[in-house]
Amino acid sequence: MEFTSHTTWVAAIWVTLKLATLTTLILLVLGTPLAWWLAHTRSPWRMPIGAVVSLPMVLPPTVLGFYLLLGMAPDGPIGRLTDALGLASLAFTFNGLLLASVLYSLPFAVHPLQAGFAAIPAPALEAAATLRASPPDRFLTVILPLSRPALITATLFSFAHTVGEFGVVLMVGGNIDGETRVLSVLLYDQVEGMAYADAHLLAAGLLGFSFALLLLMQWLGRRTAVAHG
Amino acid sequence: MRRNWVAGLLLAVAGWLPATSLAQSAKPVAKPAQARIAVAANFTDAARKLASDYSKQSGQKIEISSASTGKLYAQIVNGAPFDVLLSADAETPRRLVDEGLADGATLHDYAIGRLVLWSRDPARVQGGEALLRKGDINRLAIANPALAPYGAAAREVLQHVRRWEELKPRLVMGENINQASQFVVTGAAPLGLLPRSLVMEANRKRQGSGWEIPAAWHAPIVQSAVLLKRGERNPAARGFLTYLRSPAAQRQIHSFGYD
Repeated sequence: MEFTSHTTWVAAIWVTLKLATLTTLILLVLGTPLAWWLAHTRSPWRMPIGAVVSLPMVLPPTVLGFYLLLGMAPDGPIGRLTDALGLASLAFTFNGLLLASVLYSLPFAVHPLQAGFAAIPAPALEAAATLRASPPDRFLTVILPLSRPALITATLFSFAHTVGEFGVVLMVGGNIDGETRVLSVLLYDQVEGMAYADAHLLAAGLLGFSFALLLLMQWLGRRTAVAHG
Repeated sequence: MRRNWVAGLLLAVAGWLPATSLAQSAKPVAKPAQARIAVAANFTDAARKLASDYSKQSGQKIEISSASTGKLYAQIVNGAPFDVLLSADAETPRRLVDEGLADGATLHDYAIGRLVLWSRDPARVQGGEALLRKGDINRLAIANPALAPYGAAAREVLQHVRRWEELKPRLVMGENINQASQFVVTGAAPLGLLPRSLVMEANRKRQGSGWEIPAAWHAPIVQSAVLLKRGERNPAARGFLTYLRSPAAQRQIHSFGYD
């Protein structure tokens, strides 16, 4: 059957890795300034925006999936925006899935970074400023090295959480081979189609992968803690 | 700090698990005067109507659970508490009979499904045959052919017009036919090959455009019903199956878009 063939497996692995990698990169770029702002601002907007960032952790994926499905339809707000910009529709495309993943994994990047940034001692930043380090210089030589554990956590969590995404993809992806069919959806197809041998292989693979990733995260976290300790 | 968070989460889960299992064991076992019917996704609305008609005349309660036929099969094999299966195909009930999980004497066809090429846009499907044979189709929603009988029929239709290979990369697949319909009804996909039953339902709510696929373009989508082992001594389950074959129920099924 289709969902047990070699090419389907390869395509799903490729789409999943591509999605997780790009989602992680985008989240690091967008999440870093956002996390910095959340860690240091005294603006009254801090709490509502912090709550919005955390929403994907508690919302059922079906809520996000439902709004994205309606939003990306040709007459939905996102659909009209892409149309006005002369871009192709995002519905049932890899890029649409990328947008969904960035929203869905946002707290998993922002929270560790925010905690990491908040933990940087103010004297370290003040000392760097007194030594006339420019803001980009301070960011690269003081902030980044000091928040290395947070960056590692944010990267691995974003990646792992995107690989583990299921409900949103099922609702807005359309299960297109090589475009939107990720591993979790392939597994679902295999279970539905009673291809249990393949399902076992894939489920065990995903379990092992997730475990290894979390183990790596702990090991890296410990190592940096020791290095700084 | 992170460790505290994880410990808190574990405590929360540990506290919640016994609570839910208690809640479940406290639930009463289904009384004989009611039956649980597992219904293939496409037949959900029709089954609701039939169940309410049957309940009114018999006083017996019918509960409906709907999912794709593949999922219902997996649930039944693993001990799900269903008394009757209304499948989207003829093969799954037959298989349950062969496996000793259903009563072969009650096996019968209750509906034959038809496909419609449908769009939410009232102007999109004009001259449906030409559109399907050689028109410009950039996205087409169907049910997953590997999982759903309506998806398999949709594939046969595209093979019939010799466009399967060409359109394959542009197919948007729902995991069951309801999801495929939802893609089209929300407008996320401009076109779909959908069951006539769901199209009639969608058309009641808003005007779209459609073209009925000739029955000869695909093998008939025969939907069978069967009494499951669990329902053997359940009068409501047997009663509902008998009612399903009555002329009144058959008329109702036709009115929902089945042959």
